[in-house]
Amino acid sequence: MNRLSLFGLLGLVVRRDLLLAMRRRADVLTTLIFFVMVVSLFPLGVGPEPEMLRKMASGVVWVAALLASMLSLPRMFSADHADGTLEQMMLAPQSLSVLVLGKILAHWMLSGLPLALIAPVLGLQFDMSAQALWILVLALLLGTPVLSMIGAVGAALTLGLRGGGVLVSLLVLPLCIPVLIFGAGAVEAVNGGMSAVSNLALLGAFTLFALVFTPFVAAQALRISME
Amino acid sequence: MQQAPLLEVKDLACERGDHRLFSGLSFTLAPGELMQVQGANGSGKTTLLRTLCGFVQPVQGSVHWSGQDIGEWDDDFHAEMCYLGHLNAIKDELSALENLQMSAGLAGYTLSDQQAVSALRRMGLQRREHLPVRVLSQGQRRRVALSRLLVGDAHLWILDEPLTALDVGAVGLMQELIGEHLSKGGMTIFTTHQPLQVAGVQTRQLMLS
Repeated sequence: MNRLSLFGLLGLVVRRDLLLAMRRRADVLTTLIFFVMVVSLFPLGVGPEPEMLRKMASGVVWVAALLASMLSLPRMFSADHADGTLEQMMLAPQSLSVLVLGKILAHWMLSGLPLALIAPVLGLQFDMSAQALWILVLALLLGTPVLSMIGAVGAALTLGLRGGGVLVSLLVLPLCIPVLIFGAGAVEAVNGGMSAVSNLALLGAFTLFALVFTPFVAAQALRISME
Repeated sequence: MQQAPLLEVKDLACERGDHRLFSGLSFTLAPGELMQVQGANGSGKTTLLRTLCGFVQPVQGSVHWSGQDIGEWDDDFHAEMCYLGHLNAIKDELSALENLQMSAGLAGYTLSDQQAVSALRRMGLQRREHLPVRVLSQGQRRRVALSRLLVGDAHLWILDEPLTALDVGAVGLMQELIGEHLSKGGMTIFTTHQPLQVAGVQTRQLMLS
């Protein structure tokens, strides 16, 4: 019998979650459409003043990304919890943290990555410069993994609770504020003629820091909620 | 020949909420032995099995596997056991074949298409291998979940109501599978409300009250 390596397991979980999402495309699309809608509402609501739109663009995109990623968080573990797959995951002879990391990666590929890729198109509505658009995408690519990672801890903690969907947002949103500040700050720095490197470096540091501890914490939270 | 017991439960007590389900429970299970847990609804059968898996921490007492507490075994104990709960742990969107391969992956090994298909055929799921599980009946879903037992190399099978939704043929097949497992030196502990007799093996009874 061929034993699976740790990386093999990671790949399997990511592949599995992506496959499931492909069979249930509506879930992924709703997140993306929600993001597009929220961002598009602002130019319509505030009026077509290019100066003001340029100023608020990065903030609006980041807040919308934050809300959109909250939308898909409660689903992260709930389906596996409901059909018993989570029990089997706990019994996996390999590390549960690696399994959780796989789920986080898949969640990011389905919620964070599409948002980052579509953001430049939405940025055009705000009359953003080409350079600002690049920085926006880069900041989203660096920052959205943190949302998925911190979100995983929240989703694991609220698993099986009634009204868990709202609770997870209340739990996770405050923790995501630093990402919001430095993510939106990166674009503003470029607009102000400064370098965005410090903001991007801090976002990268958040991602690495979260990568170290969130899979483990989420795994512990799952163990607690299984009792 | 009687072999030394691998699974030892000593003075176990479990609670659900504030309600004491059972206490002072002790038993051992040696290779080749079959044990049926009996008791009325709510007497703690499922809790006992989940405690053996390590999901639930006992209030008192301990569960030992080859002489070591399962809490200290880390994840290696999980490689030696296979748990099948009330829930089938299968995904409606995936086919029976994909489901089996994914569960095998979670249990830590890879399974070729051929191995998986032959296990599913043995469970009586011919020509259903590539259908999404969504279109299968309850009994067929249970068969997909049970086929996990065929492909693993776990020593200890922990089965919670394995016969739910199964027809007479499948119950016969389960008896056969458990018989094979025991003759290879495996152990099985299960709960059921239906009679389950394995030829040539004395079923030990554990009564929870």
